[in-house]
Amino acid sequence: MVSTHEHYIGDREAEALAEAYVPRRLNRRALLEGGVVAGAGLAGSLSVAPLAARAADAPAAEITVDQARTAPIPIAIPSFGGSVGQNITQVLTNDLSGTGLFKVLPGSSMSGTPDFAPYKAMGAHAAVTGTASGSGTIRLEFRLWDVLAGKQIQGTAYTTSEANWRRIAHIIGDVIYQRMLGEKGYFDTRIGFISRSGSVHQPRMRLAVMDQDGANCRILSSSQTKLPAFSPVRDQIAFLSYNSTVPRIYVFDLATGRQHIISDFNGVPLGPHYSPDGNTLLVPVARGSGSELYSVNIASGAKRQLTSSGGAINVSPSFSPDGSQIVFNSDRGGAPELYIMSAGGGNARRLSYGSGHYGDSVWSPRGDLIGFTRISGGAFSLGVMNPDGTGERIMTQGYTVESPSFCPNGRVLAFCRSASGGAAYGIRTIDITGFHERGIPTPEGGSSPTWSPLNV
Amino acid sequence: MRLKLLGALGVAALLAGCANDHPNTGIATGEGAAVQPSGPVPGSEADLVANVGDRVFFALNQSGLTSDAKATLDKQSDWLAKYPQVSVQIAGNCDDRGTEEYNLALGQRRANAARDYLAAKGTTSSRMTTISYGKDRPTATGEGEDVWAQNRNAITSVQ
Repeated sequence: MVSTHEHYIGDREAEALAEAYVPRRLNRRALLEGGVVAGAGLAGSLSVAPLAARAADAPAAEITVDQARTAPIPIAIPSFGGSVGQNITQVLTNDLSGTGLFKVLPGSSMSGTPDFAPYKAMGAHAAVTGTASGSGTIRLEFRLWDVLAGKQIQGTAYTTSEANWRRIAHIIGDVIYQRMLGEKGYFDTRIGFISRSGSVHQPRMRLAVMDQDGANCRILSSSQTKLPAFSPVRDQIAFLSYNSTVPRIYVFDLATGRQHIISDFNGVPLGPHYSPDGNTLLVPVARGSGSELYSVNIASGAKRQLTSSGGAINVSPSFSPDGSQIVFNSDRGGAPELYIMSAGGGNARRLSYGSGHYGDSVWSPRGDLIGFTRISGGAFSLGVMNPDGTGERIMTQGYTVESPSFCPNGRVLAFCRSASGGAAYGIRTIDITGFHERGIPTPEGGSSPTWSPLNV
Repeated sequence: MRLKLLGALGVAALLAGCANDHPNTGIATGEGAAVQPSGPVPGSEADLVANVGDRVFFALNQSGLTSDAKATLDKQSDWLAKYPQVSVQIAGNCDDRGTEEYNLALGQRRANAARDYLAAKGTTSSRMTTISYGKDRPTATGEGEDVWAQNRNAITSVQ
């Protein structure tokens, strides 16, 4: 357990960060594969072509995410020219700055090899050049440069419908993130959530999906919905519908609009949670005084009961990324705590021992952390711990901070913050170290965020 | 002066808003019923609220029925026996000091506790449905034990 006051970061973590801050030469890593982009799911087609540099692309100059947290990477980004180019630059800048891992500096040259001297003088480590041309169908050329080495790191040309300009900006952002930090980015993703409006006594709660930066927000349901879950592998959301007198689980394909109901539970189903392969849902089913966990094959509807705890509540199940274990929230010991068990349902053992109660267990897709909500002394905290229960850290606190959902690379959590009295429900994101909490603008109130995988 | 007047109007509007919102908000006082000179229609939702009591309350994180809760459910049971054509829904609610998902399970546990008690007292199970709203339908807003205690309930309503 970690005591938290003003600072949401433990002493040991602070020491580790200080160590990472020691200036060192940029690591040279093996050349990453170029052309990392796939284009399906866009409005119309996207063609991606590598741009020839004079020589082969230079090895990516990388620093680690941990290093970048304390010393954000200075990167110069110019306007890509024209209104579309300018818009792309803005979205790209917002993506990179929003991580807290990049410091975006103004760039000057749009095309050709940039003049590195002024970039060096302003302290830039990397620079982007890019041009946008055409209307209707646009061609966007983008190059990433290592300012210190004076070499091109990556060059790619995208040809696609102008309507896709936002996605192109996010895709370029992900390329920069990966080339500079050595990990996949998460800008070309969406967040599903519950859009809340109306009376706080009886709010309207509708399923909504938006880009991770809040753009393109769409309300998808007219009826009451709760606890949505994005498939970790495909364009699909499962959620709990209050459309009828009995809550039902729907599985909704975003691309086709097809949906089906998972039915025939021996009790009342609660919120669904996907397996890492996207083929199975874990569903708590309330019956009598408790709720037991079931796994349900989405295609066949076949169900298997995983817990049998004699009237205890078992909710918020989440698979480890390798599918071998499940972390969940149960009051089998008297109060809500986190437990871990094998994927088949055996060998449950308690994981949380801090003060207060725990809930909202969620396993990071990296496998290294379990996110949770802790309720103590009438206030909520959002935290992470190691899968063996050690190393608990609180990231942020408030009257209510809950429903953590990891982004695909496990570096950032989306969550819901609200004030007392059911007021000011909003979706926010925070770095897993507790740095850089930000709100995502939504048209109405927002709760129960669920982060999508990288768009396909 | 002008501000004061606006303030008073604002409060009145708020109160009206609450009362008209839906039958589950606000502590049932019977004031609405008093508007009708002849009182609520026997066997109606208003009758249940005014003359029986539509809700029972729970302790923090608990679903056990207190003696007060049992007394209210006994009256509901008698009332349901008197109006055998009436079907009811029992909605379980929670304060906002639990997570969204845990509270959905806890609300169902509370609704089931009230239903099971009524069933044991003789109300046919087919006349009762249950639902949990978790913490999404607070009766009282704000924070503190007084508010949270009002929101930990099971509310019976005529269907």
